[in-house]
Formats: sequence, C-alpha cells, structure tokens
Amino acid sequence: MSLEAKHISFRYRKKGTVLEDISLTVEPGERVGLAGPSGRGKTTLCKLLAGYQRPAKGQVLLDGKPLGEYRGLCPVQMIWQHPETAVDPLLRLKDSVHEAGPVDQSLLDAFHIQPGWLERYPAELSGGELQRFCIARALAPGVKYLLCDEVTAMLDPITQAQIWNVLLEAAQARRLGLLIVSHDSALLERLCTRIQPL
Amino acid sequence: MKGFNRRQTALALLLFALALLCAVTVAGVALADQAMVTDFSRKNLAPCGQFLFGTDWMGRDMLSRTLTGLSLSIRIGLLTAAVSAAIALLLGAGSALLGGWADGVISWVIDLVMGIPHILLVMLISLAFGKGFTGVVAGVALSHWTSLARVVRGEVLQLKGAPYILTAQKLGLSRMAVLRRHMLPHLLPQFLTGLVLLFPHAILHEASVTFLGFGLPPEQPAIGVILSESMGYLTTGKWWLAVFPGLALVGVVLLFALLGDQLRRLLDPASVHE
Repeated sequence: MSLEAKHISFRYRKKGTVLEDISLTVEPGERVGLAGPSGRGKTTLCKLLAGYQRPAKGQVLLDGKPLGEYRGLCPVQMIWQHPETAVDPLLRLKDSVHEAGPVDQSLLDAFHIQPGWLERYPAELSGGELQRFCIARALAPGVKYLLCDEVTAMLDPITQAQIWNVLLEAAQARRLGLLIVSHDSALLERLCTRIQPL
Repeated sequence: MKGFNRRQTALALLLFALALLCAVTVAGVALADQAMVTDFSRKNLAPCGQFLFGTDWMGRDMLSRTLTGLSLSIRIGLLTAAVSAAIALLLGAGSALLGGWADGVISWVIDLVMGIPHILLVMLISLAFGKGFTGVVAGVALSHWTSLARVVRGEVLQLKGAPYILTAQKLGLSRMAVLRRHMLPHLLPQFLTGLVLLFPHAILHEASVTFLGFGLPPEQPAIGVILSESMGYLTTGKWWLAVFPGLALVGVVLLFALLGDQLRRLLDPASVHE
C-alpha cells in the first residue's frame, strides 16, 4: 500500500535525459522530503508521480497498480509551484475550488480563506491566496498522496508556517503520504520524516 | 462632463455597425424587385433628388441596385464566413487535439492553401463548382478558413498544456466537462472575432471574383456585376455608375471591420476592463 516509482527514467526531447533510474517510495502517513539543486528534475519527478508525464522506462505504481489505470479523480495530486497557472483565469475561485467536488467550509476556514475571495477572479488574488485554494482543492476525499512542489517558496514565513500547519494537520488526520520538494533544507528537516536527495 | 468609458463606446459602435448592416440587408431584400425595373424614359440620369445614385443605361435605379447588391454580398458573406469558420474550428481543434500525423497533415494543408493567392484560389474553386452562387460560396468558403484555423490550433495547443487544464483532468473532470468549462470560454472570443473579421474578406473577394467574371451571373444585381458593367460607361462620363456602388462596398467592409474590432475590444481579456 504505497506510491512507488520503480527505476524510472525520463528524457525531454530537446534537453536530453533528466532522470535516470530513480526509485522512490512514499508510504501513507509518511512525509518524504526531496532535495536537490535546480534543474535536477524535482518537478519532473513530481509530474511523473502524479501521472502528468509517462516515464520512458520504469513504472509508477499506486498500491501495486500502474497509476495510469486509475480513472476519475487521481489519488495522487500534485500542487504546482505557480498557483496562478493552476487555476482557470476566467473562472471565479468558488468554481475552481469546488472542481473535484464540494470542499468543506471548515477546510476553507482552516486555510484562512475569506468568503469574499470566492467571488473573485484569480487575477484579483495574490499567489499565496491562490495557493491556499489549490491546496484545499487537492485535499478532496479520495486523494491519498500529495506532491508539494515548492508550494510555499514565494510566501512570507508567517503564511508559510500557517499553510504548512493546516496541511500537516490534514495529512495526519487522513494518513496522507506527502512528497515535499523544496530548496529550503531547514524547512524540509522541520517537516519531513525522511529526506531523499535527488 | 462625464464621458463614456471605452467599453460603452465600443458597445455603442458595435450596435451602430450592426444596425446599419441589418438595415442595408433588409432594404436590399425589399428593393430587389425595384432594382430590376427598367424604364428607358429615365436612362443615364446623373444623381438627383429623385435618384440619389442616378440611373443606368437601362433606366434602372442605381440606389436600389446598389442596396440589393450589398444585401446579396452581406448574405453571401454571412454564409461563407460561417462555413469557413466551421471548417477552421473543426480542422484547427482537430489538428491540436489529435496531434501526431493528423496535426502534420492539417498544418501542411493550411500552408498549402495559404501559399496560393486568395483571388486565384477563389477563381479556380468557383470555376470548378460551375460559377454562379454555388461557385462563389464554395470558392470563398474553402479559401478563407486557414488563418482562423491556425489561431484556433495555437489556442487549443496552448490550452491543452495549461496546468489548470491538466489539473482539472487529474481532479476527475471528464473530457467533455474540461472542454465546456475550461476550453470553450477561452476559445470563444478568439473564434467570434475571427469569424466577424472574415466577413470583409469574404465580401471583397466575392465582389472581385464576380467583377472578373468568375462569380455571380450577370443578371443578378451584385456589386461585382454592377462595377464590371459600369466599366464600359466610365469613359462616356457616367461616373456615378461606379463611384457610389464602389464607395458603398468600401463602407460595408469598413463597417464589418469596425464590428470585429469593437467585438474584440469587448471580448478580449487584455482589454476587457478598459
């Protein structure tokens, strides 16, 4: 019962090989930190694990089944580094946030999402405010693993702490497996149960 | 004094252009019979109070003929622009969504059609379809879809890779839901503007191909026919036969361009809050 990457390799057509023979396992309730310098393929690995890209070699397995065989809501959700690209600019936030089904009011409150924000368009909110919507949206029932790709890199320390507190609480309550990508080694050490260099 | 903002001005101009074009179309249909009436007692009259655009060598009222011609042009423009836009949407979206060899083939066809001068292509297709109404409509419709198809293809390609679309799919939205919720609202403004901006091209090409004799038959009071017939009388000093219908055609084309521009201003996200 885990999210496994088995000997995966990936290459972009022009940039050449990015990932070579990477294996990684995330168990439920575990918080794995992924560290590594820029350009090493951390985001690419997240995309592979969330099923946005297919590995050239190797497999991504969820509970022993290839990830591509899951239909409907994908149990592995990735939270993007740039939240402003992850919400439809023409939809009000109240439509975007309920994309995977209604989100509990308690969760919105926990993220300090003000009711007025729901009526706005993405261009009228800041990155940090949008990121809260993206995380709340990704915490849909049925999601078992969250891949957090530098989700708080652009936020001030207070907001950062706020968001992580809520996120960790939700993860603990539901035994979510987390993969946390960051440049900030202090942050990783504080959050993760295990750190894997890439 | 408080002025109107740009959106209100745009809306007013748009409605003005639309109303004028509708009026011309309706007037043309209503005057169709009058445009065919010949009366040799009033032939070759210069513009005067009774005949604002003058009369021709058969005593036909040039004002009704011009309006009827314009109305015909507008209707052909509507038909061809609609067919063209439908082809563009189908091929552009298909090209982007199917990808691979389908994309290659469609892009190649777009380049091919774009590579041939429009007027030549319209003439050839019109000839192949036996000239007349069918020929003109087929010629204009089959040659004007390319640039809009490219726009649609580019837009769909961009949307296909947008993180919010990828995320929506991962969040369990069906293909149809993604198309309806996320793709159409982005595609529609581009498409509508492109559609309206097709009209002036279609109308001008219809008129020129008719003028050259590869389009509508001579008994129809089309602008192209009027202009090409008037050529024979220009040297005898009957300037009104060509000047007024020509100016009217330019006017209609400008009105459509205005309509498209204002529509773009209203729908384009970049100028939507002006």
